[in-house]
Amino acid sequence: MFGKLTLDAIPYHEPIVMGTLAAVILGGLALFAVVTKYRLWGYLWKEWFTSVDHKKIGVMYIIVALVMLLRGFSDAIMMRLQQAMAASDAAGYLPPHHFDQVFTAHGVIMIFFVAMPFITGLMNLVVPLQIGARDVAYPFLNSLSFWLFVSGVVLVMVSLFVGDFAATGWLAYPPLSGLQYSPTVGVDYYIWSLQLSGLGTTLSGINFIVTIMKMRTPGMTLMKMPVFTWTSLVTNILIVAAFPVLTVTLALLTADRYLGTHFFTNELGGNAMMYVNLIWIWGHPEVYILILPCFGAYSEIVATFAKKPLFGYKSMVYATSCIGVLSFVVWLHHFFTMGSGASVNAFFGITTMIISVPTGAKLFNWLFTMYRGRVQFTVPMLWTVGFMVTFVIGGVTGVLMAVPGADFVLHNSVFLIAHFHNVIIGGVVFGVFAAINYWFPKAFGFRLNEFWGKASFWCWLVGFYLAFMPLYVLGLKGMTRRMNHYANPDWQPYLIVAALGAAVIAVGIFCTLVQFYVSVRDRKKLTDPSGDPWGGRTLEWSISSPAPFYNFATLPQVRELDQFWEDKQNGVAYVQPAKYEDIHMPRNTGVGVVMGAFGTVLGFALVWHIWWLAAVGLLGMIGAFIARAYDTDVDYWVPAAEVERIERSRHARLQQFQTTQVAPVAAPSRQKVA
Amino acid sequence: MSVNKQALISRLRYAGVGVAVLLSGCNMEVLAPKGDIGADEKSLILIALGLMAIVAIPVIAMTLWFAWRYRSGNKKATYAPNWSHSTGVEVVVWTVPAIIVAILAVITWRSSHALDPYKPLASEARPVTVQVVSLDWKWLFVYPEYGVASVNELAFPVDRPVNFQITSDSVMNAFFIPQLGSQIYAMAGMETKLHLIAREPGSYEGLSTNFSGEGFSDMHFKAIATSEDGFKDWIAKAKAAQVTLDGDSYKALAQPSQKVPVSYYGAVTPGLFASVVNKHMGDMSHGEMPMDSHHDMSQAGMPMDMHHHEDGDAVSSNTTPTQAEK
Repeated sequence: MFGKLTLDAIPYHEPIVMGTLAAVILGGLALFAVVTKYRLWGYLWKEWFTSVDHKKIGVMYIIVALVMLLRGFSDAIMMRLQQAMAASDAAGYLPPHHFDQVFTAHGVIMIFFVAMPFITGLMNLVVPLQIGARDVAYPFLNSLSFWLFVSGVVLVMVSLFVGDFAATGWLAYPPLSGLQYSPTVGVDYYIWSLQLSGLGTTLSGINFIVTIMKMRTPGMTLMKMPVFTWTSLVTNILIVAAFPVLTVTLALLTADRYLGTHFFTNELGGNAMMYVNLIWIWGHPEVYILILPCFGAYSEIVATFAKKPLFGYKSMVYATSCIGVLSFVVWLHHFFTMGSGASVNAFFGITTMIISVPTGAKLFNWLFTMYRGRVQFTVPMLWTVGFMVTFVIGGVTGVLMAVPGADFVLHNSVFLIAHFHNVIIGGVVFGVFAAINYWFPKAFGFRLNEFWGKASFWCWLVGFYLAFMPLYVLGLKGMTRRMNHYANPDWQPYLIVAALGAAVIAVGIFCTLVQFYVSVRDRKKLTDPSGDPWGGRTLEWSISSPAPFYNFATLPQVRELDQFWEDKQNGVAYVQPAKYEDIHMPRNTGVGVVMGAFGTVLGFALVWHIWWLAAVGLLGMIGAFIARAYDTDVDYWVPAAEVERIERSRHARLQQFQTTQVAPVAAPSRQKVA
Repeated sequence: MSVNKQALISRLRYAGVGVAVLLSGCNMEVLAPKGDIGADEKSLILIALGLMAIVAIPVIAMTLWFAWRYRSGNKKATYAPNWSHSTGVEVVVWTVPAIIVAILAVITWRSSHALDPYKPLASEARPVTVQVVSLDWKWLFVYPEYGVASVNELAFPVDRPVNFQITSDSVMNAFFIPQLGSQIYAMAGMETKLHLIAREPGSYEGLSTNFSGEGFSDMHFKAIATSEDGFKDWIAKAKAAQVTLDGDSYKALAQPSQKVPVSYYGAVTPGLFASVVNKHMGDMSHGEMPMDSHHDMSQAGMPMDMHHHEDGDAVSSNTTPTQAEK
């Protein structure tokens, strides 16, 4: 009846897990009580859960990502603590089976359920606004992508309390992840949570490619597209090309575990090397999927706060495209030590190094954007400068490991750990926080508190260096990754420093939470009446903050790169049209939520081999989709009068704001020069 | 401008000294190699870092310098609000990194061939062959030339090349002695190769660097580089062990176990390593799975070097016998 699921699956004997469970249940109940008390369920359902508005979906992605950041970071703290303790004969406080799940969950969560939703959320929030579109091309599909992602999140979280999670490392290399060596449901949780969220990612990749290719406002040719949109385009092409590889690879692993096939296991000629190749054919593009939109965000931010156009826009676009193509021909550098021939290794080493050329060009372009600018050290700009310095170090160590001969002694060491945290924290995390601080007013209508934002930045920066520089040294001392305990007492001081670094980062995360709290509290004071709090250059800053649900009352006409900046210079920004028109909008739908819920049921049932429940989940998903397909009431028109009313009040507020200011927001620096 | 530059250079110099002090303060095994391969890899690391520093240090310095110099409060700095293109700058920022990468690419190509783990080391001395099997969670070392085997300890003479033949009878591991250089994966059903040489006697840490499950953290071994006499003594010590490594004792050893103490086998059934590799080769080794079918070990299998790997010809090396055969 319940497949492999029995009451024994709940880890009563693990005090840490049970404590977490208690905290989650209490927190959940408290949240439930608050939402019920303030009668917010209807609001949440109508305005958020069923929303197909790309801005709200973007915000929900980012909120889930922040919650999962807390989970993934708790794993990090647990690992740092364990390694700081478990020197010589000490065993630490985490037994291997638990520790192995923790580092696996940390990697999986941070990549799939933190970094990916941050990126997808940002693209959702920003891309349609930057290209002058009213939503994405397929709004329902967008909602479905989000809820499939959420069902992956739910499965991962359930694995903490019912059964266990994979203890294989975040890429679950077979044969270790095969049934023989991982007989529990851990790897199955891994597989199904990634399959569900991966499907969502693929669908959203398709959605964004179509959106960017087909829905740009009149006059916005590809070479007049903002850089963030360019990087998003390349990222989504990478998603559509790479994620199906992940899906198929995991499907083959599933066949090995569920159907007794031997694609990757030791018996009957199965070959684990095929899995390693396939997973990295997805895995390497994946890191560029994460970093490219961040490069785009840095580009927007550095131009805005240097008060200059981005240096070398074309060079930026070509560099991004080069990186996109090259990211598919470097995967083997993740396993030079597999014993491929010298020429194969050298080929992949050299292609990897070549990527550093366009990446380096990007760094120079940001540098020369600051050159002869008027750099304002706002929170997003601090993250950007912090990134530029930190990322160079990560790039150097990356190119170093691209040399096969060097990798032969550095591979799988904590030097590698230091390297990829250097680029993922220094590149992706810094970029996401920069972007959140930068675009937050557009989503909510008020800025984030500067003080707590800066505090968070400095804690992250200092914490990062404290946590990962010792790992570079330890890697050179021969320490390998994923060790539960170690015999060499020399390593301990470094690991204690690393643990302190993690603690400093924890303070940084705490500052971010305080920043959100303080900003919401002081939202009146931090309000953004102009819609253009930073003196922005791109179209999203031309509309009100928060953006109206239809984004643009009239589609802007684009003739230049940075059209909005040009319009402000020429005094023609904010011109109201003579006449407003009806706006065609997609209607909200709960089908995405329903399909996500059935998806969760399907995943859970497959993990535990509860076949009848799996059938319920699958049929539920298909049924909901069919119901949606027959639903003809999927759109509506916003009457011109309504649009006019909203826009009039926006312009009234704008005018009031402008008259209270000495000069328009963006102009002061320019005037001083003149 | 020039004052700025000088200050910058002196600052950089201090930074360089600081890094050097920091690094010399601790003993870094990978940068203190005791054999040729490790030594070459160490210089490769330093050369690559040095080359990259040519771009990396100016970029970091310029980032901080530009950010500070062009801060909005500094009204003395030039402001060029519309300047966003310079062909000269573009040419430089694409060309200089490209040249450095080109140099690095040449170094990479050459070093990848020179340091190919499959390439036998040129040496007058007769090499020692060690067959390595990674098990859950210990290392088995078989000396086919001497008919002995050991667990979690291996020995070899200094100044004589060691030819490692490596496989796994479980999940993937990686065989690595940091102070001697290169590591390579140990994979079931496949034989990988590694050639190392030690130049200084000593007892070096060896470990698995590829996570292999619960007992992974204790999957260490001692690699003893010793004199010819010391090596003979070590072999004699192993020979003195009364235990024979045959089908049954191998089966017992292969059972998962952790923190396994060092032990020796005075005799080894010939062909054991080959049979371990063959065991995982599916239909290719039908009827030749002595460990599973309780046949006598000596019946085991087919010739093992199926890599089509000619000595000295690293380019053709291939770790996928199954694929290569098909």
